[in-house]
Amino acid sequence: MANFYTDNPDLRHHLNHPMMRKIVELKERDYTDAEKFDYAPLNFEDAMDNYDRVLEVVGELCGDIIAPNAESVDHEGASCSGGRAHYASATVDNLEACRQAGLMGMAMPRRFGGLNFPITPYIMAADIVSRADTGFENLWGLQDCAETLYEFGDEDQKARFIPRVCEGETMSMDLTEPDAGSDLQSVMLKATQNEDGTWVLNGVKRFITNGDADLHLVLARSEEGTKDGRGLSMFIYDKRNGGVTVRRIENKMGIKGSPTCELVYKNAPAELCGSRRMGLIKYVMALMNGARLGIAAQSVGVSELAYREALAYARDRRQFGKAIIEFPAVAEMIAVMKAKLDASRSLLYECARYVDLYKVLEDIAKERRLTPEERAECKHYNRIADALTPMAKGMGSEYCNQNAYDCIQVHGGSGFMKDYACERLYRDARITSIYEGTTQLQVVAAIRHVTTGTYNNLIEEYAKNEVRPELQGLKDRLAVLTEMYTKAVAAVAEVNDPVYTDFMARRMVEMAGNIVMGYLLLLDANRTESFTKSAQVYVNLAAAEVTRHAEFINTFDRAQLAAYLEH
Amino acid sequence: MSLNIIVLAKQVPDTRNVGKDAMKADGTINRAALPAIFNPEDLNALEQALRLKDANPGSTITVLTMGLPKAAEVIREAIYRGADTGIVLTDRALGGADTLATSYSLAQAVKKIGKYDIILGGRQAIDGDTAQVGPQIAEKLGIPQVTYAEEIVSLKDGKVTVKRRLEHGIETVVSPLPCVVTVNGSAPDCRPRNAKRLMKYKYAVSPSEKAALPEDKQAFVDARPYLQLNEWGAAFVDADPEQIGFPGSPTKVKTVENVVFTAKEALQLWGADDAGIEHLIQDLIANHTIG
Repeated sequence: MANFYTDNPDLRHHLNHPMMRKIVELKERDYTDAEKFDYAPLNFEDAMDNYDRVLEVVGELCGDIIAPNAESVDHEGASCSGGRAHYASATVDNLEACRQAGLMGMAMPRRFGGLNFPITPYIMAADIVSRADTGFENLWGLQDCAETLYEFGDEDQKARFIPRVCEGETMSMDLTEPDAGSDLQSVMLKATQNEDGTWVLNGVKRFITNGDADLHLVLARSEEGTKDGRGLSMFIYDKRNGGVTVRRIENKMGIKGSPTCELVYKNAPAELCGSRRMGLIKYVMALMNGARLGIAAQSVGVSELAYREALAYARDRRQFGKAIIEFPAVAEMIAVMKAKLDASRSLLYECARYVDLYKVLEDIAKERRLTPEERAECKHYNRIADALTPMAKGMGSEYCNQNAYDCIQVHGGSGFMKDYACERLYRDARITSIYEGTTQLQVVAAIRHVTTGTYNNLIEEYAKNEVRPELQGLKDRLAVLTEMYTKAVAAVAEVNDPVYTDFMARRMVEMAGNIVMGYLLLLDANRTESFTKSAQVYVNLAAAEVTRHAEFINTFDRAQLAAYLEH
Repeated sequence: MSLNIIVLAKQVPDTRNVGKDAMKADGTINRAALPAIFNPEDLNALEQALRLKDANPGSTITVLTMGLPKAAEVIREAIYRGADTGIVLTDRALGGADTLATSYSLAQAVKKIGKYDIILGGRQAIDGDTAQVGPQIAEKLGIPQVTYAEEIVSLKDGKVTVKRRLEHGIETVVSPLPCVVTVNGSAPDCRPRNAKRLMKYKYAVSPSEKAALPEDKQAFVDARPYLQLNEWGAAFVDADPEQIGFPGSPTKVKTVENVVFTAKEALQLWGADDAGIEHLIQDLIANHTIG
């Protein structure tokens, strides 16, 4: 009887952000679909009401079905036999419930059977699903792949494949191989073109989430003799055609309901998606950006559950004659968990909104020429989305790991036992800072926005907002932190040594992240008072972090670099 | 084969979370203190109906509910899950009905619907817990009834095979159609609301709800027949005024007492050997705690 959407008013706060009006109006093209589809909205209010109602269905499904199943899914896990992967029985029930609720293909256009939701409410659903069962979020979130099909497939491919996803067929993105993990340029899976123009795939893929999916997007080497990313293309493999078997599935620490497969391709028929040679450099990059936003949402869901479990236990558990939450040491941990949760969620939705804006403008560009202003806008939003995505994924996933750790700490000895959800959560959380690019790789993606000033520009925009008098103190502090950050970045730039910049990169990206999230929480608190506590706690945390990093950078003796880098 | 399926549903106060103010001094339910919900076992019945529809494309599910005009809410809930249409049987004259008057009124409505192959309903409603209405409707319509159903195993050649969940096991029975089947809470839960149906039918209203809408919204509903729910009164279903509402209800509540269980029944058994455990198990079987 739980509803994971309505029991969390923070979600409605983020859904009802002022930027949504513009997003929805662009996405719905002035609500013209209402003439063709009986479930299309009539106006902005109607669209927002639709998102709210559908998220309520998501919340109910998560509270009543997916969350109660999570423990049995973790116990039973996925399995592999006869060349196929098999879900845990409760996972099958979860997927069926999602299909019946019509929640697959949420962001796809109506003409392909989707709900045409913007990314923001779709990502909110992912956030809610992850709180219910972190591993199930993977299977759910892979509907993202349809977005890539929609962006880069031809009309015929879209018409054949996207409606199947909307009806509930699952997807996978087959990228990594035994010798190509973070380094996808080394992908070897071979794509060979037959005389009639069709393609077949041969080789092995490893660590493929949901690798026995109905539809696969596959990165393969189509250009014989090439060694780098420019010889790779993207293909669509349809399980109905056969040719791919599951050799084994991994025995993992967490997200056990999500089968991680080793796939063997033997003359598997596939079709080219988009242009040759663009597989990695264009399509997979787009796919990964979408997937990273998905992992950022998954991380926020984990943080949410960690916070709730810790809070409930701390209120319930009595020691020394009182609930342990009465002890400042425990109370502070919970306040910090909530602040990290709120900060990473604010960043997640800020990022989702910019992704929405540039993607919808790109989509409109397929229908008509954009005006010069629109083109400039699209570029601007795209840049911000590119800057915020690795930050949301990198820092959000680190925060959810910290929260899962603290959740066990609040539980004490009981948390170390298998009796409480926090133990599963701790294992499930661990992968979020690894897959879809490790935190270290998120720093690589984010650092150019430190050096080129994207973050500074964004922070300047945030600082232009007037806030309520009682929040002015926080705002002033953030201005001081921004100055410290800017100086530290300038100091690193002055050295003008790429190795030194790499060495300091994570520190600088984290400082930017602390300040961005600080401002976002400040603006949240300005709009909804209940965020004030988190804003206070987070700005204190941000100040301590930014100061720590600034101190390190400002006092670092470069002669000691070898002590870190030479082993 | 396409079927005409009727699902009986009731909007009930959520008695699962009862607070102190759940009952009024006169022994009737304080409906204002409890949220109105779709009677849980009626949702189990709806799921069985939806499975029949899945297996027999082209079938129609009509949800029939008797209650206040706001009972249209359960019709919408059912439509979001896959039902096709619904009827709210509502009339001041129907108020105060016991199970006899209720089943008469609903049977009249079923006769008005006319064509049906099977009538499904929950075993009982959580506000009355009588389990009488379904069987009484079957009697009044002169058709067979199958109670405590857990699964409709098959439906073909004018017969339905039903698995029943009984106290000591499972019984499978075959009944000719049409018939009334009342479904147990142990049957599969109802599927979730469907996103597209939710968006399509959220403005579906009964005539009395429509009357309360602003004019432009009324015109919107008028232009879309699928948004128009049916609302029937007692006269429309040719109900005999003597058999409905208070006049038609022989049941009179004398008093309602608040019973609080105070004594704890305790039994102490000694002996950790096999004989002692055997004795314990036999006792537990005898009083139906286990087995």
